[in-house]
Amino acid sequence: MTVKSTARARKKAAPSVPDKQAGSGAAPELVQLLTPEGERVEHPDFPLTTTPEELRGLYRDLVLVRRFDAEATSLQRQGELGLWASLLGQEAAQVGSGRAMRPGDYAFPTYREHGVAWCRDVDPLNLLGMFRGVNHGGWDPNEKNFHLYTIVIGAQTLHATGYAMGITKDGADDAVIAYFGDGASSQGDVNEAFTFASVYNSPVVFFCQNNQWAISEPTTMQTRVPLYRRASGFGFPGVRVDGNDVLACLAVTRWALDHARSGQGPVLVEAFTYRMGAHTTSDDPTRYRLSEETEAWKAKDPILRLKAYLDKEGLADEAFFAEVEAESEKLGLRVREGVRSMPDPDPTLIFDHVYSEPHTLVDEERAEFVEYAASFEGGEHH
Amino acid sequence: MTGQLSIAKALNEALRKSLESDPKTVLMGEDIGKLGGVFRITDGLQKDFGDDRVIDTPLAEAGIMGTAIGLALRGYRPVVEIQFDGFVYPAFDQIVCQLAKMHARALGHVKLPITVRIPYGGGIGAVEHHSESHESYFAHTAGLRVVTPSNAHDAHWMLRQSIESDDPVIFLEPKRRYWDKGEVGDDPMIPLHSAKVVRPGTDATLIAYGPMVKVCQEAAAAAEEDGRRLEVVDLRSLSPIDFATLEESVKRTGRGIVVHEAPVFMGIGAELAARLTEKCFFHLEAPILRVGGYFAPYPPSRVEETFLPDLDRVLDAVDRALAF
Repeated sequence: MTVKSTARARKKAAPSVPDKQAGSGAAPELVQLLTPEGERVEHPDFPLTTTPEELRGLYRDLVLVRRFDAEATSLQRQGELGLWASLLGQEAAQVGSGRAMRPGDYAFPTYREHGVAWCRDVDPLNLLGMFRGVNHGGWDPNEKNFHLYTIVIGAQTLHATGYAMGITKDGADDAVIAYFGDGASSQGDVNEAFTFASVYNSPVVFFCQNNQWAISEPTTMQTRVPLYRRASGFGFPGVRVDGNDVLACLAVTRWALDHARSGQGPVLVEAFTYRMGAHTTSDDPTRYRLSEETEAWKAKDPILRLKAYLDKEGLADEAFFAEVEAESEKLGLRVREGVRSMPDPDPTLIFDHVYSEPHTLVDEERAEFVEYAASFEGGEHH
Repeated sequence: MTGQLSIAKALNEALRKSLESDPKTVLMGEDIGKLGGVFRITDGLQKDFGDDRVIDTPLAEAGIMGTAIGLALRGYRPVVEIQFDGFVYPAFDQIVCQLAKMHARALGHVKLPITVRIPYGGGIGAVEHHSESHESYFAHTAGLRVVTPSNAHDAHWMLRQSIESDDPVIFLEPKRRYWDKGEVGDDPMIPLHSAKVVRPGTDATLIAYGPMVKVCQEAAAAAEEDGRRLEVVDLRSLSPIDFATLEESVKRTGRGIVVHEAPVFMGIGAELAARLTEKCFFHLEAPILRVGGYFAPYPPSRVEETFLPDLDRVLDAVDRALAF
């Protein structure tokens, strides 16, 4: 499959590559459409028109996603979840990119993309099964085109690329988005994904949430050049976007997905953001980073800046904010009750789905286990 | 299709039939296109099926495996070629953590019908990393199926059965037998995961797979000259293992000797010995013995004959088993 024939086979509606962003010269500006103060600004390469309703929708997404995340963190503290990987601070990167997707597009997340899952309409309770320890994922990825969480860093970028290669073969005009972090940029898999996506001209957007920290290692431990500039070495455009600006994330990702789906190959988007909390609930960021840094990022909060904009422009009234708040309370309650009533799986789950066709050794061990369990009084295996 | 074919040609024909019968089947690997693979197993296939079905890849094993997983998620049925056994390790995470587990993690919602073809084993005078037997790693991983043919008929049909399987299959090709010829019938004869008695006998059972089946058959022929009738069982499948056939044979002969190229320590033979001892204890005249590689990195080729089990080492084990 040559790049030329692939490009020919696929729909052509090519938006141009913004040279400023693709080049490897001086660091370009961060693409920003909404300042931390809530001022709407324009960027020549990434125009965005939004209706007041869309803006309110994005605000609602940000608030509900943050609420879901906070609830999960609390549930971990209360012993209901074994672990939680919080997205606090990264809501705009996830909601902006998630809302840029079309229904036919496919997302391959790491394990922190709760906001993207929200945009794909995945039931938030599905995300908690793994962290509660009742499954290793469990949802049907094809139902909402949102793949299972992947723990091994960067492995999913190759799955995303292969899936994108399949889209090309099908002659479809869908695109794929692969999420990963700044730490993952050091992994071989991610670099191999860049190579494959580039040489096969695959419709995949690599969406790097550079949240500045890979557990305790700063981004400077992963790279000596700005991450978005990696792309030029692989032969495709890279863009750095303000990851705390939901409008910029939406505009840039929408452009990148269109670029990919129109047969022009992959794009790397680096969402420059910050992990406000710990890596996971097992982590203690006070051991490796300064509170001044966290405070400085607090001033760039994605929700506050959108709210400031909505207020300033009179795009939402008090009734709207109250309504979102009420919805947030409702979501919190649903998550809390949902997790607490989540049943432990039957122990025979161990043997389910190891293979899709019968496998004599698994069948044999299952039979032995069932017999062993039945040997206890009452015949129950609890 | 019946006739005398080399194992290499039998595999080539199997890939051709699979490409013909299912448009979702795609081949992926380094140098598999114009070159036809370094062992020519994919010879002529790109010419006939196009570079969209027979895909040359960048030189990156994790990339090949990872993108194959993505293609499978999109509904394709990839057949991956790893160029040499020792090059599969860079793809290890993608195979054991991703490929093997995704079906279970998705509670059965996704299937990964991927066949990973790996030429394996020594005896061809190769340089480092071109002669390894890593079957235990894969057989030890739940979620993978592991098979290895020893002759042209099985090579052809087991590959076609593997490609048709909805589960991931590690398909190990005994590279030093690639050029051995044999009759390829037009019926697979038995299911993919059945073992096969390839030589009946009464005094002891030799259990082998892949490249060692031929060595064991030769050993049995040599032993017959001394009046010893050895049974030879070709395991064919390493996950699952057809224990029923093995138990039946060992109970009948009272003795079992497992032969493989991989180091004996923690190898497939350890599993077989433990299991057969447990299941056939009161039928055994001798402990289950193992003949295999030493606990050392695969050696330089000038001394590989020392490492690889040969007729003498197999017959020595037979002597020891019969001496009990």
